[in-house]
Amino acid sequence: MTMKPETEAELAEMVAGLTEPVWIAGGGTRGVDGPETTLGTSGLSGITLYEPGALTLVAKAGTPVSEIEAALEAEGQQLAFEPMDNRGLLGTSGTPTIGGVVAANISGPRRIQAGACRDFLLGVRYVDGTGQVIKNGGRVMKNVTGYDLVKLMAGSWGTLGILTEVSLKVLPKPEAMSTLAIQVADIETAVQAMSAALGSPYEVSGAAYNPQDSCTYLRVEGFSKSVAYRTDQLKSALSGFGEIIETQDPSNLWQALRDVGPFRGTDGDVWRVSVKPSDAPAIAARLQADQLLFDWGGGLIWVQVPSGTDLRARLGMFDGHATLVRADVQTTEALGRFQPEMAGVQALTKGIRQRFDPRGIFNPGLMG
Amino acid sequence: MDMPTPNPDILRRKAEVLRRLLQVLPEDAVIHDPAETRAYECDALTAYRCPPMLAVLPSSTQQVSDVLRICHEEGVPVVPRGSGTSLAGGALPTADCVILGIARMNEVLETDYDNRFIRVQTGRTNLSVTGAVEEEDFFYAPDPSSQLACAIAGNIAMNSGGAHCLKYGVTTNNLMGVKMVLMDGSVVEIGGAHLDAGGLDLLGVICGSEGQLGVVTEATLRILRKPEGARPVLMGFDDNEVAGQCVSDIIKSGILPVAIEFMDTLCIKACENFAHAGYPDCHALLIVEVEGSEAEIDDQLSKIIEIAKRHNPVELRESQSDEESAKIWLGRKSAFGAMGQMNDYMCLDGTIPVTSLPEVLRRIGELSEEYGLPVGNVFHAGDGNMHPLILFDANKPGDLEKCEAFGADILKLCVDVGGCLTGEHGVGIEKRDLMSHQYAPEDLEAQMAVKDVFDPNWLLNPAKVFPLDVSESRREVRVAAE
Repeated sequence: MTMKPETEAELAEMVAGLTEPVWIAGGGTRGVDGPETTLGTSGLSGITLYEPGALTLVAKAGTPVSEIEAALEAEGQQLAFEPMDNRGLLGTSGTPTIGGVVAANISGPRRIQAGACRDFLLGVRYVDGTGQVIKNGGRVMKNVTGYDLVKLMAGSWGTLGILTEVSLKVLPKPEAMSTLAIQVADIETAVQAMSAALGSPYEVSGAAYNPQDSCTYLRVEGFSKSVAYRTDQLKSALSGFGEIIETQDPSNLWQALRDVGPFRGTDGDVWRVSVKPSDAPAIAARLQADQLLFDWGGGLIWVQVPSGTDLRARLGMFDGHATLVRADVQTTEALGRFQPEMAGVQALTKGIRQRFDPRGIFNPGLMG
Repeated sequence: MDMPTPNPDILRRKAEVLRRLLQVLPEDAVIHDPAETRAYECDALTAYRCPPMLAVLPSSTQQVSDVLRICHEEGVPVVPRGSGTSLAGGALPTADCVILGIARMNEVLETDYDNRFIRVQTGRTNLSVTGAVEEEDFFYAPDPSSQLACAIAGNIAMNSGGAHCLKYGVTTNNLMGVKMVLMDGSVVEIGGAHLDAGGLDLLGVICGSEGQLGVVTEATLRILRKPEGARPVLMGFDDNEVAGQCVSDIIKSGILPVAIEFMDTLCIKACENFAHAGYPDCHALLIVEVEGSEAEIDDQLSKIIEIAKRHNPVELRESQSDEESAKIWLGRKSAFGAMGQMNDYMCLDGTIPVTSLPEVLRRIGELSEEYGLPVGNVFHAGDGNMHPLILFDANKPGDLEKCEAFGADILKLCVDVGGCLTGEHGVGIEKRDLMSHQYAPEDLEAQMAVKDVFDPNWLLNPAKVFPLDVSESRREVRVAAE
């Protein structure tokens, strides 16, 4: 059964009247599901405010990402955190919504320079587990009025409340972009090259490594003259790491990296591992993966392994976290989607979840 | 401004609490003589003072843990303190509290340029974090104007901003991980050198929680490579509204300056008299700074100047040298000192949508006449973070109260146009009782529920952030439990 409220008030009333757990879905493209009853937010749709001169956009949670991107495009602006489209990787259909992006804190390659989805989230409205409508934050860029529940809601995967409206900081779309591809010998060299680039003053906005083609990709964006200058500077600074070529059609390349294109249509499970970048080579070596893709200067590792593999067992103790992104229900249930937390932290997150959703009816079991 | 009545039972047990604290801390780390505890009676909101019962200066996470555990067992409230530069009364004590000062914990623990982070003890001052990495041409981006004195602990508690956050964000966007001691003495580690949370983003809610959730003793901070250079342009307009439109047009054009600062007539005059920066005689002054190589700066500034010219500026001065840049910034940076020389002042930091700027400035002007108190405006225009400075005479009976009422009206106005009470200073005690103007009871309840989890007995900095009547039942549970 799918419940599909058309207004925030209607949603609040539905939640208050719930007698069993529900699964919260935006566009249903992020590859998670659970109880039989689904509560869909696609009925809560539309951009409610867009002020290009204030770099602010407010939209109802069910608004398609494509609608928001089109509105921004018309004003030469964009969502700088570059949310990935999960459909190719997960084989899902449906329409990605802004609420889903926020609930999962989805950020792409530009995360290392511009920040994550949570860094661009200025305000939220949501319905908590008792059916109460709550607001936090607002639509201004600096706001320290009370606790920042905005960040807490980002990446809470619906377990603390159902988002009804989000307010976002947007940024100008860069005038120009260039991408350098460096042929590197191995992953150590790749991570060193990316560290050197990210530690330079040339504002690199993407740093990825694809072991399949042994290429490290570095992106520079901004005004044309500036991009040309910084690209040249980077070329000379990084010449020691391998042969460098300027890539044609870089925007398709970065979209493919963002969406983990190389894993599309493959078999097996997919994991997403966040690490300290310089740890990436040693960690990658213990994964025995079928395929790897590195983003965020090495700090984000996409891992493809045979179905049912307990990747966390291979990882052992490490600084970071591993999330199971693509697997069958049995594997997900056995291993858990999210990295188990240390006891002290777990007590805090459990306590928060219990207070925001005392009946435990939102996406039960998803985050522990 | 009310504070809760001190708990007489706690005051009676001072000697016992002191005895227990001396078991875990060296003698010179425990301050109990009323002549010395007075040093902790206020922060930078000096209108309110109250010496604490005791003050402690631990020098390790273990000692912080011991202190909190003892205070937890004894039911004694604890007010954490960084460098005491809060403008909102965030570190104001109550007579029955222990001040926990973090100043002795100021070591750099790890510097990692490959992974672009630094790990420090949080008593370290903001500027000295940059100081620790600038030899390698790196810096820590958030730059509150108190950065010479303010501690990272306080920056995290208040989620501090600064003049350059239009480009680099505020503390929460540059904080990667913390080691934090909870009120019961337990220690948790959240985040680290990797990005984003593996589960709920607790780091996000800890940053800006005004010392009410725990005491952060270590922080992992993002550091960035310094840009090759930076240069400002100064522009004067004879109308606030036109200046506001110019800000909006610059932002829309796709340029992201590192700073856009705005000053109004009163501030321009005060700064000029004080610092002789050569500011023009006009209604509104903008300082716009951009970064990059020389050629990149030229390119961006020419775009900005082209936009400014469309708005008929009365003055347009592009810096041609480091000396001229320093001079352009000189007046702005001495704004608070200049206003302070004219009279006592109260500085607010309500934030508004940039598009409401003209309306809000006009209304502040009207209120200024109604209250009979002058107000100068200097603020971070790019992100709508106002800083109205209300001038008053602290020695004149009734003036402070009048000033506070005026301030409250300005902040309510900020909320009513779609903004918020505070953009970077925090709520503390100063804006505590206005919280109900921005948030409905259920919104405040959701925030307080988070404190219930971290500090069930409401012992950490309990009389801040939430209106006293709203938090009363929670604070009373603690008193009743004793």
